[in-house]
Amino acid sequence: MPQVSLTVNGTQHTVEVENRTLLVELLREKIGLTGTHVGCDTSQCGACVVHVDGTSVKSCTMLAVQAEGANVTTIEGLAAADGTLHPMQEMFREHHALQCGFCTPGMVMSAIDLVQSHPEGLSEHQIREGLEGNLCRCTGYHNIVKAIAAAWPLMHGKTMPAAAE
Amino acid sequence: MYDFAYQKPGSVADAVKALAADPEAKALAGGMTLIPVLKQRLNHPSVVVDLAKTGLSGITAGAGSVTIGAMTTHAAVAASAEVRRIIPALAALAGGIGDEQVRHRGTIGGSLANDDPAADYPAAALALGATITTNKRAIAADDFFQGMFTTALEADEIITSVTFPAPAAANYQKFRNPASRYAIVGVFVARFPAGVRVAVTGAGQGGVFRHAAMEAALSANFSPDAIAAVTTPAGDMNSDIHASAEYRAHLVGVMARRAVAAAS
Repeated sequence: MPQVSLTVNGTQHTVEVENRTLLVELLREKIGLTGTHVGCDTSQCGACVVHVDGTSVKSCTMLAVQAEGANVTTIEGLAAADGTLHPMQEMFREHHALQCGFCTPGMVMSAIDLVQSHPEGLSEHQIREGLEGNLCRCTGYHNIVKAIAAAWPLMHGKTMPAAAE
Repeated sequence: MYDFAYQKPGSVADAVKALAADPEAKALAGGMTLIPVLKQRLNHPSVVVDLAKTGLSGITAGAGSVTIGAMTTHAAVAASAEVRRIIPALAALAGGIGDEQVRHRGTIGGSLANDDPAADYPAAALALGATITTNKRAIAADDFFQGMFTTALEADEIITSVTFPAPAAANYQKFRNPASRYAIVGVFVARFPAGVRVAVTGAGQGGVFRHAAMEAALSANFSPDAIAAVTTPAGDMNSDIHASAEYRAHLVGVMARRAVAAAS
């Protein structure tokens, strides 16, 4: 059986998979990290978003074997060892940016990539556009957008400049 | 998904060898189309040949052109300072494909080789008169696209890069499906000293096509008014749950006029 070696949340894993095993299946079923969700399974909804080598991707549309040697971060890898939440998680809590919570892991992972990749600042419009690949079916997006705007200064350690559109 | 063998060759030559050795082999670029297709069991390759390690990623600015490696992601093209400087319309097009996560994986070579009739890149390649370079030859975009999901590529032929000549002005306007973000109609207009090229995606029954009547009108007078009276025959258009053929034909005109007005 094929083997995949990869780092997940800082821990090295070598896992037996089939070539057709998806990255999300490896994470959930082989490593037991069920925080990453499968919503639509058709790369639309974004519940399965994780970071592969620092970039947000849909883990339901990537083969586990494609992640050989990769550094993967899932929702479980965000909080500090003492349980201190990542600023994005904290702001999702602060701004009530979730209701049922199913889309939340993917939202948080996409949001972190969005904030990290925009050191120049983010407008509300850019945040909404940046969440195109993540669907929420209960709260709507308003508080999610607020949480992401609030997390930007915490993640960059300064006040957010007024972003150019 | 049916299971398959998997190879990740370290060079284009080895990837070509793997594809040539097995008629049921399939090349994997970003996987944003192939993996969903495999999940639906619409395709059953014997071996998937992953091109990730073939060194085909990167963007090079030339004299009056830009060359993009086949495995360059949409996100990299959208963010490239070179592409934004030389052909801003191409960077904007790449930034409007799918969503952020799809753009992090999807590649220009994969998009062109797949030739989805509603994909964005075929419109850019055809309107800009791009040259598609493979392991075997250089193919003009006019010869490359041969009907939906059909290209000039042979079974053991891999796109290595795409070279886009810089236009004097260009723009791409897409009326997108709000769920899939594919083009219901997308029109790419490119103005060159020798004339104007107009390519339409999402609309035609035969995939991406050049709009000869608009090209003639715009080459004489590059303004939205010049094509106000140019019609698009609905008989050649797709019709589906998203848009009728008549509506698509109408949208071709609207998107083309918007593209001309916005071209820079």
